[in-house]
Amino acid sequence: MTVLARSSSVALGRLPRPGTVLAGGFVALVVLAAVAPGLLTSDTPTQIDLTNALAPPSWEHPFGTDEAGRDLLTRVIHGTGLSLGIGLGATGVSMALAIVLGAAAALAGGVVDTLITRLLEVTFAFPSLLAALLIVAVFGPSVTTSIVAVGVGSMPGYARMVRGQVLAVKESGYIEAAHALGHRPWRVFRQHLLPNAMRPLVAVVTLGVGQSIVWASSLAFLGLGVPPPSPEWGALLDAGRGYITTSWWLAIMPGLVIVLFAVAVTSLGRTLQQRLEGAAR
Amino acid sequence: MSTAAPAPAARLRRIAGKLLSAVLVLLVAASITFFVQLLLPGDRATVILNIRNGRDQQWPAEEIAAINHQFGFDRPLIVQYLDYLAGLLRGDLGTSYTEFRPVTAVIGAQLLPTVVLTVGALVVAWLIAVTVTLLTVRRGRILGGIGAAFEAFTASLPHYWVGMLLLVAFAVQIPIFPVIGGDTPAGTVLPVLTLAVPLSGFLGQVLREEFHKVLDQPFITTARTRGMSDAAVRLRHALRHAVLPGITLSGWALGALVSGSVIAESIYGRPGIGQVLVTAVNNRDVPTVAGIVLVVAAVYIVANVLVDLAYTLVDPRLRIS
Amino acid sequence: MTAGTTGIAAPAPATEIPAPLVRVEGLRIRFGAREVVRGVSFTVEPGRCLAIVGESGSGKSVTARTLVGLTGHGAEVTAERIEFAGHDLQRLGERAWRSIRGREIGYVLQDALVSLDQLRRVGDEVAEPLRVHKRGTRAERAAAAVELLAAVGVPEPQVRARQRPYELSGGLRQRALIASAIALDPPLLIADEPTTALDVSVQAQVLDLLAEAKERGRALIMISHDLSVVARMADHVAVMRQGEIVEQGPAEQVLHRPQHPYTRALLDAVPSEHTRGQRLVRPAAGQPVVRRERAPIDRSRPVLDARGLTKVYTGPDEVVRTVVDDVSFQLYPGETLGIVGESGSGKTTTARMALALLEPTAGEVLLHGEPWTALTRAQRRSRRRRIGVVYQDPLSSFDPRWSVGRLLVDALSTGPRPPASAEEARARTVRLLDQVGLSPERFDAAPLRLSGGERQRVAIARALAPEPEVIVCDEPVSALDVSIQAQVLDLLTDLQDELGVSYLFISHDLGVIHHMSDRILVMKDGRVVEQGDADEVFERPQHPYTQQLLTALPRLAAA
Repeated sequence: MTVLARSSSVALGRLPRPGTVLAGGFVALVVLAAVAPGLLTSDTPTQIDLTNALAPPSWEHPFGTDEAGRDLLTRVIHGTGLSLGIGLGATGVSMALAIVLGAAAALAGGVVDTLITRLLEVTFAFPSLLAALLIVAVFGPSVTTSIVAVGVGSMPGYARMVRGQVLAVKESGYIEAAHALGHRPWRVFRQHLLPNAMRPLVAVVTLGVGQSIVWASSLAFLGLGVPPPSPEWGALLDAGRGYITTSWWLAIMPGLVIVLFAVAVTSLGRTLQQRLEGAAR
Repeated sequence: MSTAAPAPAARLRRIAGKLLSAVLVLLVAASITFFVQLLLPGDRATVILNIRNGRDQQWPAEEIAAINHQFGFDRPLIVQYLDYLAGLLRGDLGTSYTEFRPVTAVIGAQLLPTVVLTVGALVVAWLIAVTVTLLTVRRGRILGGIGAAFEAFTASLPHYWVGMLLLVAFAVQIPIFPVIGGDTPAGTVLPVLTLAVPLSGFLGQVLREEFHKVLDQPFITTARTRGMSDAAVRLRHALRHAVLPGITLSGWALGALVSGSVIAESIYGRPGIGQVLVTAVNNRDVPTVAGIVLVVAAVYIVANVLVDLAYTLVDPRLRIS
Repeated sequence: MTAGTTGIAAPAPATEIPAPLVRVEGLRIRFGAREVVRGVSFTVEPGRCLAIVGESGSGKSVTARTLVGLTGHGAEVTAERIEFAGHDLQRLGERAWRSIRGREIGYVLQDALVSLDQLRRVGDEVAEPLRVHKRGTRAERAAAAVELLAAVGVPEPQVRARQRPYELSGGLRQRALIASAIALDPPLLIADEPTTALDVSVQAQVLDLLAEAKERGRALIMISHDLSVVARMADHVAVMRQGEIVEQGPAEQVLHRPQHPYTRALLDAVPSEHTRGQRLVRPAAGQPVVRRERAPIDRSRPVLDARGLTKVYTGPDEVVRTVVDDVSFQLYPGETLGIVGESGSGKTTTARMALALLEPTAGEVLLHGEPWTALTRAQRRSRRRRIGVVYQDPLSSFDPRWSVGRLLVDALSTGPRPPASAEEARARTVRLLDQVGLSPERFDAAPLRLSGGERQRVAIARALAPEPEVIVCDEPVSALDVSIQAQVLDLLTDLQDELGVSYLFISHDLGVIHHMSDRILVMKDGRVVEQGDADEVFERPQHPYTQQLLTALPRLAAA
């Protein structure tokens, strides 16, 4: 038994798997498109060509063209920055809230913990998209609303995770060992608790960006996100879904990019998670 | 250690405790939806008049006063709050800003199709997940890898994309199912699949991980040393252990399914609270949105109490503690 | 006792040594490039017990599993001969194997808590071999399960059959597991560490049960790391090391006149009353056996003084449990006080209160005659360095991001003479490493990459770093193989002689406790039932519980 376990862990080398390389490559491409779209396409996203409207995917237009003959791939590339920004912003909002609530609950314990845990339990009853929709209903659709709505909507899950993580570290043997050596509480917090509790969150944040983009594009798909003339990914979906029975590529292709990005980011996050766990145990 | 069967009184107390905390959770949820309505920027009466008339302007004081009186905005906040809670007890979720009728009436008939959709999707997702896992887990590197990849991929698919893809494939290109199916049985197939496919991937991942753990347990080896076949070991011993975390997650999954049903209903033009919700958000009809969110929260809370009870049926260990 | 509920007539007990039931010759097992079993041969006859003894990684369990065709995934098995009752087991198909498992060969794994399906009723688990091999109707099988449970001495078998494994005590669970293995009364029983993780009193009952099967003429193969358990049961002993049998023969000969140096070292390493005052690791050939010169212990002023320690917990079910009840003891400079007890006796809770990591409900602990547990946390902080701790699982007490060196430098900084410079810190850490028998290269190592014994050495070095007067050792060797355990115990003894540190030594293992302790505290259900000089307690136990423990203790006769 032990022999088996040992040999298989040795076989698991440190070389990244081909899937990880592929995922990393795609994410790098997306980041490049966000920072410098001009490097990937020379066209402008607003170039109208009515003679070539609603053309299906071809070599010239890999994603096809829209009703005004604009090249869809170019639009997707130019929409990347805003989409990624919304994803990062929403993840930032949810992680910030989650860390404050989760860490406070785990560190304070007692009544504070009970209150926060109860509150989180309540927020769990509001499905992410519905909570986001409630916020959009109150404040009206916009980029900021999307960020806040998606961030708040996905906060409870992260908060619970942060609380569990901090609690696990707080009750770990090495924290007790540090106390038993007579270290000051602040030093134990700074040297052991904080870094060990926050480390797994790196992977969680990676996973979160993918999820945030999916939720934000879902809002847009319903016509409640960034409004259409924008080439933001969700807005492209919203604009394209009206043509779904006739020109399927208009919604399917931007959707495919979101799917690939979500899959790539998820796979990177999971790899990171395994690495971190492997290093910790 | 060796205790007799758990006292029924303890079990009743546990269930009572669960119900009580569910009621509390519901109360806080209701309070949240009430106070969120207050966040509406600007004077609410003005907003309502603007929404109803599709304009953006100042309104004469008497019209504002009439609206304030109609919705009770002229009363103290605490009275409005208590009135709202009292209304909830009578089954009154407030009045729609746009449709001039109670929110319950707006939601009413739309609830059933959504319940059919979500529950159907949950059942189908479990069927897919259990089948894929049972057939591929620990069946060699290739088969196991395919199963795991399938789950990882489907789990990251957004509902709208699955929905549109199924629509294009099985309603437009190969017209087996209607594009707009309403709530007919044939029209229900694609929406159910839209929700079930991503969820099956998610459940499958959990199931697979648990299966891996369980198959390494000594009691599985014990069963094999009794001469049990691999299939029997999987079905009789491993499966029951492996579904436990999935059951807990099913309660959570209901929430995700409701989110997804908003999208599926929108794609397939299927009646349901999702449709009402999108219209209401577009019109900024906050009482209707809040009412729906609260109803969903209530359903979610009740469903989780049920899941909790289902869990104790599968895992008798919990009946003791 | 009969377990003949299944319709198989038991063969007449053998009068003389019969033909072997199992014959294994030249068995080799490899997983990929790793050969884990290298040419192993043995035989087992009906009515006799073969014990395969070895430390972890010796290949003993894989060997046993091969006999039921469950060697493991990706295993490559070759042998000149693997015969069972005259049949060649080597090219059996899966179906043929299944007809042998449970019917011809019964298998008992360790700790029934994980070896029985927790979600199924005990009766169903016990009767499962009958169902698998299509014996009887459902009702007949249920009746057979109750009979089997009664046969292995489970009280109220009807009630137990309807319960789940976790509702039974450890001993009853293990009996149920054995009942399941003998349900079809197979001619061969294989028991893989059948008593590991059981308390001594339960262990004795389980061994008796296996001995009964042997009396009925069943062949028995027992896999164990514990030589004293084996001494009680085996007719024939095979000692395995790194995939090879280094020595085998009649039990009496192997255990009392061992030929191979490894067997001798293994036997020497077992701590017991006979090893007191001597090293467990045999000195190299030619070196004399040095007996430990013990300086007389000054019992005028205790370094640690526990007075009426009590800990009460209120569970979520509002049941009040007294985990530790009025425990008092004194620990003197340079002395080892052993606390022994079975699981749940309150040993660890007592230790945590002595360390002031857990607030006592009543009573207090004095350190050097001054208040200790009664102080505030902030007041205690500056005195913490005077009392160190070594846990059973050292790895979980190390920050996973830190190297060995960083752990030790950190501990040095809490001592009375914190290092003034990085160079001094490094030099003193290397000296500490040397003191616990680790090379200076270990400075940069990650604890995760160290072996169990090395990790425990690092834990000891960390405890020593702040120059404490007392070290609380909570089951410090329970997770280690016997030869590594011997090294760590020798190290602790040497350090005590060198530094005069006192140990509060906690263990469930009576042999370890007797070997290490000057005085002993026997705990049961949170109370101290007996306390006194180690030899005194072991030779003339006063309390019935201590007497019962010592009777149940399997031991090797004096070597």
